[in-house]
Amino acid sequence: MQRREGLAKLTGRERYVDDLPLENFLWGMTVRSPAPRGRIAAVRFAEEVDWSQFVVVDHRDIPGPNVVALIEQDQPVLASGYVRHMQEPVLLVAHPSRDEARRAARAITVVVEPEPPVLDFRVPPRPDQIQYGPDNVFKRLKIEKGDVERALREAPVVVEGVYETGAQEHVYLETQGMIAWLEDDVLVVKGSMQCPYYVLTALKHALGRDESRVRVIQTPTGGGFGGKEEYPSTIALHAALLALKAGRPVKLIYDRPEDMAATTKRHPSQVRHRTGLTADGRLLAQDIEVLLDGGAYGTLSPVVLSRGLIHAAGPYACENVRIRGCAMFTNAVPFGAFRGFGAPQTLFACERHMDVIARTLGLDPVELRRRNLIRDGQSTATGQVIRDGTDRVAVLERALALSGYREKQRAHAAFNAAERAKRRGTGLATFYHGAGFTGGGEVGLSSRLQVAGRADGRVEVLSANIEMGQGTLTVFTQIAADRLGLATDDVVIGEADTARVPNSGPTVASRTTMVVGRLIERAADDLRHRLGLDEGARGAVVKQAIARWHQEHPGQRLLGEAVYERPPGISWDEERYQGDAYGAFAWAAYVAEVEVDLRTYVTRVIDFVAVQEVGKVVNETLARGQIQGGVVQGIGWALMEECKFKDGSMINNQLTNYLIPTADDVPPIRVAFLETPYPHGAQGAKGLGELPIDGPAPAIVNAVAAATGADPRVIPLTPERLMELVQGQAGVGAPVNAKCGVRNAE
Amino acid sequence: MTTLTIAFTLNGVPTSVAIDPADRLLDTLRYTLALTGTKEGCGEGECGACTVYLDGLPVNSCLVPTYQVRGRRVETVEALDPRALAPFERAGATQCGACTPGVVMTAMWVRAHRELLTTHTIRELMAGNLCRCTGYDGIVDSIQTVLGERV
Repeated sequence: MQRREGLAKLTGRERYVDDLPLENFLWGMTVRSPAPRGRIAAVRFAEEVDWSQFVVVDHRDIPGPNVVALIEQDQPVLASGYVRHMQEPVLLVAHPSRDEARRAARAITVVVEPEPPVLDFRVPPRPDQIQYGPDNVFKRLKIEKGDVERALREAPVVVEGVYETGAQEHVYLETQGMIAWLEDDVLVVKGSMQCPYYVLTALKHALGRDESRVRVIQTPTGGGFGGKEEYPSTIALHAALLALKAGRPVKLIYDRPEDMAATTKRHPSQVRHRTGLTADGRLLAQDIEVLLDGGAYGTLSPVVLSRGLIHAAGPYACENVRIRGCAMFTNAVPFGAFRGFGAPQTLFACERHMDVIARTLGLDPVELRRRNLIRDGQSTATGQVIRDGTDRVAVLERALALSGYREKQRAHAAFNAAERAKRRGTGLATFYHGAGFTGGGEVGLSSRLQVAGRADGRVEVLSANIEMGQGTLTVFTQIAADRLGLATDDVVIGEADTARVPNSGPTVASRTTMVVGRLIERAADDLRHRLGLDEGARGAVVKQAIARWHQEHPGQRLLGEAVYERPPGISWDEERYQGDAYGAFAWAAYVAEVEVDLRTYVTRVIDFVAVQEVGKVVNETLARGQIQGGVVQGIGWALMEECKFKDGSMINNQLTNYLIPTADDVPPIRVAFLETPYPHGAQGAKGLGELPIDGPAPAIVNAVAAATGADPRVIPLTPERLMELVQGQAGVGAPVNAKCGVRNAE
Repeated sequence: MTTLTIAFTLNGVPTSVAIDPADRLLDTLRYTLALTGTKEGCGEGECGACTVYLDGLPVNSCLVPTYQVRGRRVETVEALDPRALAPFERAGATQCGACTPGVVMTAMWVRAHRELLTTHTIRELMAGNLCRCTGYDGIVDSIQTVLGERV
């Protein structure tokens, strides 16, 4: 099936929040903190502005608690008396003219008495920098299996390494935005978002309104990647506060510089590995410490840390594992959800470390992975026994074959010996990604979904899960149509409007197809059951039964329903952090081929192969597009996307100097899927949306290491960083043994 | 604020519109003329989401003062023939859709100027249109299809 809304998007007919017709409305603007930490001493309004022409909102206009409801209730809707980061919202203004509103926002000065900020999450804070708990730690987690200390003492070889990753900006092409207005007594908020019910919860809480007086509607969303998971709640509250005070509709659309400076980014990380091995490279012990920069409020950092830790040991079998991690408070603009959600950071460290180990032991990186990849019946760090029938070594072998890995290595050895100014290399990463909420998360969400039988004989899927480019509308249509034997035209996907759809959970965590899609199947079965049809009833029989039901029950609604149920045999212990962290993992092996120019130190990815086992591909074009797009985001994170910070705020907050890959920066991404159906996912599918962001960075950096002999451990690996590394090492430009192992890393 | 009225040809139709001299063509199209197919991605000519044709050449409408288009020809995504866009749908050239109008404007211009392909690759010609979803393969593949020279 082709993308449902594809033609509307291609012709420009699709209407995003800033495209919707709106009458007699005001433009909203946000006045932000100019300092990373301190008491607000004064707010000064320029005298030359006629302020009676503007609607101005501050924290005193908030009817309920001044909190954006999320995990920790720590983030104010608008700062009241104190700021904890640059760009923190302090006041809001609105005016019929966007330019006037913008000028007015600039004519308000927030005066802050500065206090010492904490800006480096890697350095223990001084006493005068403590601002959260006793030690600025938002969240501390530990996973333990076996006896790591003993295993490290007894291990013939111990390899250590420290790895760092930078922040990454989402750069969804549609910036964030919301419109809000009152319809009688009901506050309606419409906009770009991944989680309508998160926005609803935040509005109810801070505005003191019950569900009957708030309604949230998602508009077609121009990319999210996690950036529209939690932040839209803040913008929705701001637009709503202005609209309530003005008594008129308010539109609040961030321009690109504001969006980049003020909204969340991927958490910067530092990961330490201490690994015990046999001389032939079998893992005996993995001791891993993870630090994340959380920024100034908790946002989703505790669960980002959790996912990061669970993935930190990689897809390998090891009897002794200890993973400890902290998400740190700093006075940076808060970091938040971004595709991968902690796993890309820890998997970069793990997979780069595997190549560092291989070089240290003089082993082939492929062989090292082949020896340690988890086999069915073995368990992960949380003690989750993997028994899904996937041959993970076969995934690796497929990637090697498809990429021509060995042939490339031989060709590179010849190329590097002949070329003076260029070096080529290949790099590998084997990894996994758990789909759905972590641990007991899905049980906690208790997602609910309905499939309605309409009077016209068609069925309508009622869910809160949204389309942001990843293909929800298309895949949901396919799943419902396949389940009931209907044509895709007989399936309607209801608008994600909290007044109409049940809470099927957020559109995050690679859960939409696997978890929510499965709810569609079960709700469709329930619909059939309510119609008195047997399990095999399909197609015309179903349509006729629906039409007949409506004739017999005029004016009533016919609803099939499903509520999430934990798959049998799954258990999770939140206290000990042990058990089945995810219902299913997708498995992957990626191979990158790079060319490094030793004059400019620019690294180009010249070939990329992505092989993954995802249960079942529901829609080939969409699935391939997810992988290709995720890989290219990963190429950007690995090589060029660098957030430059001053006082904890991004200062290159423009697409002129924050560079994302163009079509000319990347090669074709070659994709292959392997399928071992997962019995509890829709049609056997496992989540795949986040998987492709995990592998590119380590594969590429491993390739650069192979090409140059350098030992990069920090991304983004910009030309500047690579130049310092290569010029700082002996034997610059010397041909490098393509088998690695020519220099010891430690 | 001074308002002035200018006349130009928009999607083949003579049009006159009252503007502020500082207005950007992008805003005039979107907010004054309700042609919202043209998108704003960055506001500084980096992303190409606001691509329109000015006298037949693709330009970033966020960088064009509306005043400069008086007496000239402007074409937007709304003027494209939807039937010509089917290959883009099939190959997965659109995901979230925010870059898409700009992408197809540039792509259709490349199709109309295929002589450029003797000196430039499709990827080079598309480098002014940022896409964050597709990884560009779907876009490049569909352009190869519409050029009838799929490899």
